[in-house]
Amino acid sequence: MKPVVSLDRREFLRLTGIASGGLLLGVTLEGRSIDSAAAPGTAFSPNAFLAIAPDGSVTAVVAKSEMGQGIRTAVPMLIAEELEADWSRVGIRPAIADPKYGDMTTGGSTTVRHGWLPLRRAGATAREMLVSAAAASWGVDRSGCRAENGSVVHAATGRRLAYGDLAERAAALAVPGEVALKSSSAFRILGKPLARLDVPEKTDGSAAFGIDARVPGMRFAVVARCPVFGGAPKSFVADKAKAVPGVRAVVRVPSGIAVVADSTWAAISGREALEIVWDEGKLASLDDAAIGKMLEAADSAEAIRARRDGDPEKALQGAAKRLEAVYELPYLAHATMEPMNALASVTEGGVEIWAPTQSPQWAQGVVAQAIGVPKEKVVVHTTLLGGGFGRRAFTDFVVEAAEVSKAAGVPVLVTWTREDDMRHDLYRPRSRHRVEAGLDAEGRVVAWTHRLAVPSILQQVFGSKPTAKEDDAVEGASDLPYAIPNVAVEHVPVDPGIPVGWWRSVYGSQNPFVNECFLDEIARAAGKDPLALRRALLPEGSRLRKVLDAAAERAGWGTPLPEGRARGIAAQHSFGSYVAEVAEVSLVRGRPRVHRVVCAVDCGQIVNPDTVVAQMESAIVYGLSAALQNAITIERGRVREGNFDDYEPLRIDAMPEVEVVLAPSGDDPGGIGEPGLPPIGPAVANALHALTGKPVRKLPIATEA
Amino acid sequence: MAEIRIKVNGESRTVDVAPDTPLLWVLRDTLGLTGTKFGCGASLCGACTVHLDGEAVRSCVTAVSAAGGREITTIEGLSKDRSHPVQRAWIAEQVPQCGYCQSGQIMAAAALLKSKPQPTDADIDDAMSGILCRCGTYQRIRRAIHRAAKEVGHEAGR
Repeated sequence: MKPVVSLDRREFLRLTGIASGGLLLGVTLEGRSIDSAAAPGTAFSPNAFLAIAPDGSVTAVVAKSEMGQGIRTAVPMLIAEELEADWSRVGIRPAIADPKYGDMTTGGSTTVRHGWLPLRRAGATAREMLVSAAAASWGVDRSGCRAENGSVVHAATGRRLAYGDLAERAAALAVPGEVALKSSSAFRILGKPLARLDVPEKTDGSAAFGIDARVPGMRFAVVARCPVFGGAPKSFVADKAKAVPGVRAVVRVPSGIAVVADSTWAAISGREALEIVWDEGKLASLDDAAIGKMLEAADSAEAIRARRDGDPEKALQGAAKRLEAVYELPYLAHATMEPMNALASVTEGGVEIWAPTQSPQWAQGVVAQAIGVPKEKVVVHTTLLGGGFGRRAFTDFVVEAAEVSKAAGVPVLVTWTREDDMRHDLYRPRSRHRVEAGLDAEGRVVAWTHRLAVPSILQQVFGSKPTAKEDDAVEGASDLPYAIPNVAVEHVPVDPGIPVGWWRSVYGSQNPFVNECFLDEIARAAGKDPLALRRALLPEGSRLRKVLDAAAERAGWGTPLPEGRARGIAAQHSFGSYVAEVAEVSLVRGRPRVHRVVCAVDCGQIVNPDTVVAQMESAIVYGLSAALQNAITIERGRVREGNFDDYEPLRIDAMPEVEVVLAPSGDDPGGIGEPGLPPIGPAVANALHALTGKPVRKLPIATEA
Repeated sequence: MAEIRIKVNGESRTVDVAPDTPLLWVLRDTLGLTGTKFGCGASLCGACTVHLDGEAVRSCVTAVSAAGGREITTIEGLSKDRSHPVQRAWIAEQVPQCGYCQSGQIMAAAALLKSKPQPTDADIDDAMSGILCRCGTYQRIRRAIHRAAKEVGHEAGR
């Protein structure tokens, strides 16, 4: 077993621009890749890279996408810690899509979770090789040498050699098999609030997103897509469009009609002049009411039994008190600030892509197939992402750019206008949830049933039918953490045909809302405090209970508030982390106003505390926009909302004071990009319930209040 | 198409575009100044905010012909070396996440501090609520503006 290997010169040159004299290492991120590497005849396929140049600079090759979550800082931190690097000499290079990096998909809050050991092992391996190289050049025993801030020091004599001077010699040594990792008490980089490496370039306009990619001879394009999902152009006349100054070509592509021009504005103007007759397809009469009926029909449809403990029906029948509620959650758009876009250059030699993508390898495969070239001929550069939230895990906008470039015969940057982006998203699915609970004479919860009607995203995207064992849609529902003896969780996959996709925390944005709101309804019915009820249903010492306590304590749970204000609490375990949030809410002219949010998070060991805080703030604002005011609605098979006037995210004047309490445990790291989101909607809804006495069962709140 | 002369970041430039072309697209696609961002095209998100004679405007709804003869400043021209007090405060408070909206945020904040060197929270709400951020950096933006104001105040008092 050899998890770390040195790599050849060509790779080094490509990554660092330095022809010789450096050390380059690759490491596998997953245990099973190590096994397969050992199998005879299988090429070893490393998927993290670390380079040390003769000038002492350290380059971490980052194979994951930076969309604001701090990956381009966290990955080098993990490597630098064990390398004992001088942090001021550490930089990154984004990886170009290649199977050698393993799975490059960025999603599910997994980068730090999966990289925690392998990335550190890469750093430790390089450190050991550098120490050996120094010991050999001094002719001393390596046990008398130690690595320290970018140098190796000989303790007895105080001699010192910098990594840059040792790199070439180290590269000639055998790669050690097993290396010792530091104990967390010895960390000097991990756990410290280091400044993000990508912040300076994000303050002077030099940070390059997909939309900023430029190559010689390129043109700018927009695409007219059928406003109805599943529709296509029947016929079109392009004469007027072609007459618009700056328009160079109008081409047909599978997704619609592309207008290629000297500037994005000329392309937009040309598109307005297109005359298109659409075949609107099968969904042309679909609307919200029809979708609502489909979801309601799930009440009596056959369901997937995702969880069944005890006998919930019998327990409900025998209950002293029964509660029932229906919750409804809308479609949501991702609305990343950078609209979808990609630059593609299709030539005879192959395809080159610059895209703000969460899935460079998936995009590579889809583009290869669409253009009809081998995958190896498709080079995908991942730019910075102006927000991702799951939208950029899909490849539609990347393959479309390649198709436009192929049809137009020039490199083309396809930009989606805000309306394009809002109306051709893959939406957080709309869902309907019927829940029932039974209480015994003492007010204890003895039964809980949850029947959810929602499409399976995995089924729509990959055709994999959900089963009792594998069902993406029950995440956050079937893993209800509370000690209730009789539980049924059932899922009816209802797919009205609107494209659905992964939206920050995925079903965690839906099922926990239902759990946590219904729990407050139960608490009220049983005359119990919502926090006390949760505590009673969670084992002592459980991580969820600890974050509930930490959030409640900081928020002053149970202490008096100004007149007209109330608090709500909610918690959820998702993506390996535990988060509880307390929201303080009032009504201002009938509209909910969130004044303060206290968030307690246990994400195991922390890589960069400031990033954890930022990601909690981030998920809270993203979740608040959805809970308070955002919904995608459907009429005549198309999305009604188009821009930030009718799909308006939270603005700074509505921003609550957010306080994050870091309550880390010693466990391995959990995710941080998504876990902050699930509790915020129910915390706000529960606060409103406490304030008004009326439960919130439908989002967004603004339309209901 | 028409030849239009504009002055961007202190430099005179001549562009050959339709006079109704929004300044945003002239900056980005014709002049290659990509720091100014496209977000909505309708003055709803503020990602495209630049200065016109020192005032914050939305370049996505400002025709290039209306910018003729006036001083246009983009994020690239705010300082040569990230030394503007707002940029320094942005780094100190670690404001950006994805970073896409931040050019607009910084340009709006710089214009605010020019007109109100010691802004209150209400002033910040007024000046900044036109600039959307989906990553939730608002709290840090507020802190950074107060920090920059303090720094400018100290410098003025010296």
